[in-house]
Amino acid sequence: MSTPILEIRDLRVTYRPQRRRRAARAVDQVNLSIGSGEIVALIGESGCGKSTLARALVGLVKPTGGEIRYDGKPLGYHTSALRRYRRNVQLVLQDPGGALNPRQNVFDAVAEGPRLHGLRSDLNRRVYGALERAGIRPPENFVARYPHELSGGQQQRVVIAGALALEPSVIVADEPVSSLDASVRGEILRLILDLRRDLGLSALVVSHDLGLAWNIADRVAVMYLGRIVESGPVGDILLHPRHPYTQALIAVLPDAERTVRPKLLGGEPPDPTMIPRGCRFHPRCARRAAYDGKDPRTELCTSTEVPVLAAQGLAGEMVACHLADVDTPVEVPVDE
Amino acid sequence: MLLEVEDLSVSYRTGRDSVRAVRGISFQIGAGGTLAFAGESGSGKSTVALSLLRLLPASATMTGTVRFRGESLLDVNWEMVRAVRWAGASIVFQGAMSALNPVRTIGQQIREPILLHERVGERAARIRTAELLDAVGVSEGRAGSYPHELSGGQRQRVMIAMALACRPNLVIADEPTTALDVIVQAQILNLLTDLVRDTQIGMIMISHDLSVLAETCDRMAIMYAGRIIETGPSRDMIRRPLHPYTRALAQAFPRIGDPGSRLAPAGLAGDPPDLRQDIDGCAFAPRCDVSFGDCTTHPIELWPSGERRESACLRALPDFANRLPDPAAVAEDAS
Repeated sequence: MSTPILEIRDLRVTYRPQRRRRAARAVDQVNLSIGSGEIVALIGESGCGKSTLARALVGLVKPTGGEIRYDGKPLGYHTSALRRYRRNVQLVLQDPGGALNPRQNVFDAVAEGPRLHGLRSDLNRRVYGALERAGIRPPENFVARYPHELSGGQQQRVVIAGALALEPSVIVADEPVSSLDASVRGEILRLILDLRRDLGLSALVVSHDLGLAWNIADRVAVMYLGRIVESGPVGDILLHPRHPYTQALIAVLPDAERTVRPKLLGGEPPDPTMIPRGCRFHPRCARRAAYDGKDPRTELCTSTEVPVLAAQGLAGEMVACHLADVDTPVEVPVDE
Repeated sequence: MLLEVEDLSVSYRTGRDSVRAVRGISFQIGAGGTLAFAGESGSGKSTVALSLLRLLPASATMTGTVRFRGESLLDVNWEMVRAVRWAGASIVFQGAMSALNPVRTIGQQIREPILLHERVGERAARIRTAELLDAVGVSEGRAGSYPHELSGGQRQRVMIAMALACRPNLVIADEPTTALDVIVQAQILNLLTDLVRDTQIGMIMISHDLSVLAETCDRMAIMYAGRIIETGPSRDMIRRPLHPYTRALAQAFPRIGDPGSRLAPAGLAGDPPDLRQDIDGCAFAPRCDVSFGDCTTHPIELWPSGERRESACLRALPDFANRLPDPAAVAEDAS
């Protein structure tokens, strides 16, 4: 891949506590880069900080630390800098039904961005062009319709058209297909691939769905409790995962051909207000449990933080695990 | 037979129109049997689930027969239907957050059907609640919690505990894992699978994700435009989908490692038909990439298509088995 168009360096987002509660380190030192024309999937469970990261990336959440660089230049947080930035980096929200205003027709929904940015002179061209590219064809049949007159897939296309109307170079899509029907899912994913092919668009797609990464992404980054625990090319990571968390995520995917039942991740779901000492995954880690007492390095798991993964190495594989070189027993027979 | 459904049809009245959501479907489930319904939104799968317990809105009309443990549910009085709900058959709804009452503790909500249906005292109901929470993997100390204090997975477990509260013979799970993370999804599916295996409860599960259904249910019925268009043993159906619509659904969620789906998501263009209209021939023909002329004119029914399998595709008939698709359909697909 080429040079990164978007770079996240040591990014932190800490939500300040209310009423003497602990602070939540939603994003805790993340490094990630997105190459020009590259599609990166950011995968994690609810509460891992992936949506906060997506919001920080489009300037909706101000980071507590670190920086975001677009085209080599750090993002400033004054109004005019943010405005310029947002023309280039656009967010596509999850749940199109909720993202669209029910009292706004398709034209106004797509025109909202250009209007906010004062791009009124060629508004019609922009709106019709964006709808066309998003697969709403012919656009003139749809511009006067309201969200309730559209199918779920069409609503998502309109939301995407709204992002495209500003002719961005990067889109950040948060769970773009999780609320859609199985049949529509592939259509929307194919649209993201087409936009990359036709417009050279880069994308960060945030999801809990590893199948989505397999379907459209070049690279995948797996996030756990605010930090990236493994990243690399999709083929390498999904077929040969090395982090026990990634292995656990892949092992539980439904598979009708399976003859063994996957060992489920135990322990409490992650809580960003209580990040464990040492490796943040260690309380739930099957690998640490398997080697406890047999490999002296398991002591590091409970005592020493795993070094933060760097952003460099667009093609390389990186894994944040003290025991990255040993295997984990991940499966038990179905009829145990 | 635990549940026998014959020629069930449901239509909703909307203004002057009538939407025929379910158009004559038949199926049956024995004790401990598991049946999956799959299809897109609007295919009628959730309407089927609701109609079995007569939970449809007043605008809906049902015809056909639904027999639960030999008793017809469509013409008994409401008293009887109420007795069947919870104690005979119960539903796990999708979206546990909206299905649970936010201002009552989960303990109160699980106790309610027990007190109503089992004629037991408060103390016995509390004990049963603790057992149920334990069975679904929620610590019994959580009985005093409100729904918002629980995670999404825990709420879904509570929904399952409620469904089991009155020891039903049949559980209907409507998209029980939609919107849950993969690990929580796997936990819930294991829980349901174990319950069915250990208690011989029958289960109907509804989803649009065939891989989820194939893991949990023995048999599968695919619905399109209010009809069952293919049915058979789940794993066999996923391995060898015969109806083009089943094939499209099976490919929608990729198998990681399958080179055919790498950077090539499989979708299905077009929209399902308007259910206010009569549909001649195969309802799927307009979206089908292998359809031919007869598809829109020949009467369609479920034909035997293999061992314990039926398919509503004309190619299931020997006369049409080797028919090539019309060039028009192929050209459209390539464009």
